[in-house]
Amino acid sequence: MARKGKHKRVPKRLPRRRLRDALIGYALLLPSIAVFGVFVFYPFAKDIQLPFYEQPESFGAIHRTARYVGWTQWRSVFTSSEFRNTLLVTLRFTVLTVPAGIALGLLLAVVAHQKMRGITVFRTVFSSTVATSVAVASLIFFSLVNPVTGLWRVRVGGVSLLESPRWALISVAAVTIWQSLGLSFIVMSAGLQTIPDDLLEAARVDGATPRRVFWQITLPLLTPTLFFAFVVGSISSFQAFAQVDLLTSGGPLNKTRTLTYDIFDAAINKGDQNRAAASAIGLFVIVLVLTIVQLRLERRVRYVR
Amino acid sequence: MSVDVEAMPPAHAAEPPEPPEGSGPVAGRRPWARVTVRYVVLIVLAAIVLFPIYITVVNSLLKPVDIISRPIKWFPTAPQWGNYADAWSNGHFSRYLINSAIVAAGITLGQTVSAVLAAYAFAFLEFPLRRTLFVVFLTTLMIPGEVTFFTNVNTVRSLGWYDSYAALIVPFLATGFGAFLLRQSFMTVPNDLREAAALDGYGHMRFLARIVVPISRPAIGAMGLFAFLGAWNQYLWPLVVTKSDRLRTVQIGLRALRGTQIDQISVTYAGTVLAFLPIAIILVVFSKQLVRGLTAGAVKG
Repeated sequence: MARKGKHKRVPKRLPRRRLRDALIGYALLLPSIAVFGVFVFYPFAKDIQLPFYEQPESFGAIHRTARYVGWTQWRSVFTSSEFRNTLLVTLRFTVLTVPAGIALGLLLAVVAHQKMRGITVFRTVFSSTVATSVAVASLIFFSLVNPVTGLWRVRVGGVSLLESPRWALISVAAVTIWQSLGLSFIVMSAGLQTIPDDLLEAARVDGATPRRVFWQITLPLLTPTLFFAFVVGSISSFQAFAQVDLLTSGGPLNKTRTLTYDIFDAAINKGDQNRAAASAIGLFVIVLVLTIVQLRLERRVRYVR
Repeated sequence: MSVDVEAMPPAHAAEPPEPPEGSGPVAGRRPWARVTVRYVVLIVLAAIVLFPIYITVVNSLLKPVDIISRPIKWFPTAPQWGNYADAWSNGHFSRYLINSAIVAAGITLGQTVSAVLAAYAFAFLEFPLRRTLFVVFLTTLMIPGEVTFFTNVNTVRSLGWYDSYAALIVPFLATGFGAFLLRQSFMTVPNDLREAAALDGYGHMRFLARIVVPISRPAIGAMGLFAFLGAWNQYLWPLVVTKSDRLRTVQIGLRALRGTQIDQISVTYAGTVLAFLPIAIILVVFSKQLVRGLTAGAVKG
């Protein structure tokens, strides 16, 4: 055998095969990239471009094409009282739904985390609301509190629950908490299962009360799950749309006008995509920040352990 | 009592032994009381969680008069199955359900195929820009549909797809999340298998179809279930790209039920049940995949 060079004896890969692999690789990615290009990245780029131009109609439809306005429109959107109200409503909605949703999911998970006859039945019931979409949950609530035909014909200050500036957002939040309870229960149960049973057993043997076991062992060990649920819950509350559209359409007095509903209303009902795009970028930044926070925290939590 | 346990035939003994509480005479009544309390707590919580669904099912089987009249009927003594027939035909729910099934099935199939192909490329092939392209796939996870839908409506209009199945399905034929999930699963395929397959003369496509896909069936199943649920529950997108009743999905069909008159409220309740029943059945059948899919991100293995 003629030994010339190392790389010839152990050929890393035939160039022809490498070329073929590369071509197959690109071909396999092509369908996904085509869809992403047209329906994710193009509209995203458009979101950044649109706010620099003003909607033709907004200056009397004299001009056919949109007029370049620089940063003016960005500024006017983000400093408007409407946008501030939208952010405030969304934050309030997040505060109402996320902690309560996690706490209730955890309560159900802890209660169902024991070996008892028939416990699987209860587990199935507790996770059952994952079968209801937001629209289903909203319509159930809508029907049940209907002031004329509902089961609970509640009126506050002469108007229905969903027309009351004070109760509308709380109602929307309640529907959301119930609808996401199944998911919260499943996630919390999975978290509980990662805690070794003998650890809890040892604590019990040492004479720790159930309450103490929960606060000093279960809860600290559950932090990664709680972080995850908190961030994912916050992201989804910033994307909340169906419940607002079905229950209140953003009213009364814009008290339930969440960020995503605002984008929909501006772009579709009012037809001003240029303004909607600025709000959409606002939503994107919030989701991005929350995602980064999650990745950071996840890493730190892992270090601690 | 304690004698029975010993005398039990082996078949029954195969059941996991009950916790010792309550077995000894000294333990007395308190453990028994504790178990009862636990069951009471479980039953009360279950009743609270189920209440909205229960009352919806009950009302869907009542006459409108009986829904409105007081005292409240907690049980349908004479179930009005006709309400379902009404929702099915007059309420157009047969149409809505078929539409949702077509859209969800199309999206599930498309996402599964595109994600399997992409995941294979990322897991088994080497080519320039592979890492960059993988990051591009992950980036799509940070751009939610709520940020892009209105420009996509324009795109769909200019393609002539407005108010069509294509508009409902095509934008969702790719998934960054699914591709990521399947890549993770494909990377666990042992190298030996790959080499063995290569020795047998398997090309990439045959290796993918005959070995990788069968091995990764659990992950692909979880991904598919996820895709189906997501597609079935979509709301914003079907709302903005369809206008005709003929193309309404179930979720949007529900939206139209809000304004119905008093004599239609039974149909509203029946329609609500019809909208979630298919998903409830699917979830019962695939509960294992669901839990796996939902907790994939929450708990690190």
